[in-house]
Amino acid sequence: MRFGLSEDQTLLDATVRRLLADQAPLNAVRAYADGSDDHALWATLCELGLGGLLVPEDAGGLGLGVLDAAVIAEALGYHVTPAPFLGTAVLFPRALAAAGLSEDPTWQARLGAVLDGSLRVGVAFPQAGGQRSRDSVTASGESVSGTVTLALDDVANAYLVASGDGALWWVEASASGCAREAFETVDRSRRCCRLTLTDCSATLLSRDLGVLAELRAVAWVILAADSLGAGRAMLDKAVAYAGEREQFNRPIATFQAVKHMCAEMAAELEPCTALVWYAAHCQDHIRDEALTTAGHAKALLGDVGQFVAKTATEVHGGMGFTDLVGLHYWFKRIGFNRQAFGNPQRIRAELADLQGW
Amino acid sequence: MDLSYGPHYEAFREEVRSFLARHGKDAPRGEGLRSEKVLAWQRLLIEHGYAARTIPKAYGGFGAAPDILESRIIAEEFAAARVSPGLGGQGISMLVPTLLEVGTEAQKTTFIPPTIRGEMLWCQGYSEPGAGSDLAALRTSAVVDGDDFVVNGQKIWTSTAHLADWIFCLVRTEPEAPKHQGISFLLFPMSTLGIEVRPLVDMTGVANFNEVFFTDVHVPRGQIVGQRGEGWKVANTILGHERGSLGDPNATMARFNALLELMRRETVDGQRLIDNPLFRDRLAALQSRVLAMRLHDMRLLSNKVNDARAPLANLITKLQGTELRHELEGFAIDVLGELGLAYGDNPDKQDGGSWQTSYMYFLGLIIGGGTSQIQKNIISERGLGMPREPKLAK
Repeated sequence: MRFGLSEDQTLLDATVRRLLADQAPLNAVRAYADGSDDHALWATLCELGLGGLLVPEDAGGLGLGVLDAAVIAEALGYHVTPAPFLGTAVLFPRALAAAGLSEDPTWQARLGAVLDGSLRVGVAFPQAGGQRSRDSVTASGESVSGTVTLALDDVANAYLVASGDGALWWVEASASGCAREAFETVDRSRRCCRLTLTDCSATLLSRDLGVLAELRAVAWVILAADSLGAGRAMLDKAVAYAGEREQFNRPIATFQAVKHMCAEMAAELEPCTALVWYAAHCQDHIRDEALTTAGHAKALLGDVGQFVAKTATEVHGGMGFTDLVGLHYWFKRIGFNRQAFGNPQRIRAELADLQGW
Repeated sequence: MDLSYGPHYEAFREEVRSFLARHGKDAPRGEGLRSEKVLAWQRLLIEHGYAARTIPKAYGGFGAAPDILESRIIAEEFAAARVSPGLGGQGISMLVPTLLEVGTEAQKTTFIPPTIRGEMLWCQGYSEPGAGSDLAALRTSAVVDGDDFVVNGQKIWTSTAHLADWIFCLVRTEPEAPKHQGISFLLFPMSTLGIEVRPLVDMTGVANFNEVFFTDVHVPRGQIVGQRGEGWKVANTILGHERGSLGDPNATMARFNALLELMRRETVDGQRLIDNPLFRDRLAALQSRVLAMRLHDMRLLSNKVNDARAPLANLITKLQGTELRHELEGFAIDVLGELGLAYGDNPDKQDGGSWQTSYMYFLGLIIGGGTSQIQKNIISERGLGMPREPKLAK
């Protein structure tokens, strides 16, 4: 019996974290926030195999599962790394697998292009966080029309698009009728866009509503893991800062008021680790619980993330509020993860319905 | 991630189940600690290795090698069958492991067999009115007089003192030594002359605790565990065990299910409680936390089995487990509205009045066994490596 990571997963985690600490320090994140791109960094991460993490081995990937992806997501969150990980490396191969297209030669070729980072896949699920009147995508034959206010990745080569009837489409960014403009969010470690589709040619991936539900659950797990990593980073930074910062002739880490804030963050985050691991494991191995555990992970990390983001900032005092320290990158990333693909309240309402309450 | 216990353990689980199917009907249900039914059940459990499993045969136990998963399976199956898992209490859970670690051979043979059979009941004399979170500041004194220690002072929060045959007690034998080094660990009968037990009624209306007063209580010098002045170390050989066991996540999950049932059953304004969207949201939020704690517990179990270290993970269990349980019980009272106030003999109270009782009882557990604030000190210092508060100059 082993509830936790395998030796391979621990090794993968350590390797990725070393690379991120080296290649993606905060000033790289700042540069991205100021407008530079993340292509070189993503290419480097792809050399480690991150692009093909979930791509089947016969298509040249590593053929790993959602738990492995969650381990990576936690590391990316820890370093607030800009990367097209969720859409390109996770949801695209999962979508093909769920739609039964992984063996198809055309799609296999596209999976191959994901391995080296040359193909980036964005995500445009308008109803992921709740259907809004301004967001609607309708399909007619082999084309789609409508608006998606928030699509992940402003420079993707193609998008996974969900139409209002729950079908899943593949839309090339270069297709005529596909227009995108920046959709600025508070989180500057990831760039999003508004997608406007006008009779845009699209390829149907699946009409099975279960496929979209499955992808959404996987996204929940990945976003939860990202917040877990970002939350841990904020806790580590708070503990380190409290150890250095002196007031009243002693480190503020010696004050119980400060220690208790740190202890509360640790106590809230620690059980989240087990929940994220288990929810990730369920996506591949315990189908009955895949949706509910993913929902719980997303909802709980939304709340715990918010608590940690606020508390860690407060431990830093005035410096936590400045751009100088840059803690706000983590604060905002956690805020993004809380809202994207459904906020905690919305997910809990779904969890209640799912369980027949 | 490998969640199966493996074939050896599944076979063991079957053994436990067949024992329960065969003998479960003989288990006591609510009989007193001294009843023949309880004692006979305890003997049967020891004989089959479901109680005192790892206590050596020489001391009356079953003599199995320690195996975390076997112990877990026994606990799981007895809980699932709602059959008494045998006796607990501070003698069995705290004193016996301490004696096994640091007791003399004579102490082991004298005290362990009757204790595990339930024939010798113990209470724990640690806390004092002036020594709670700062336990090592305890002042009950033991002064040598010939072949005896003479004990004077007062203990408090002593559960089962009114039932116990013996007490294991921390006393100050070296008043001049630094506070942690002047304490000794004594054993003596509660029938000794000079002991007075006064019940302490708690907010639930029950006298779970007592105050115990010692006036010139004579204890033979041989009834010390460890050396003089080593009592703090002796007590701490097993103190960690107590914290982890408070706020059991499986019990909390069972309470969550009872709460769910309650909210489906009760209606207000013609609407089931669970159909109120605010309640629904809070219930699902609680479920996330209950699930996370249960999975956290599996992670800790796995760490023990695989000898993996995660010090922070262990330290948060008491804090989170008791706070969560208290919150859950309080939420049940909330959703019941005015009906949630029903208490005592009121026939309208729900689920036997357990929501109010547990709401208060778990506040007691948040405070007892190291308060939540002490837990946060421990988490920050031992788990996060933060410095201790500087001592005030005296």
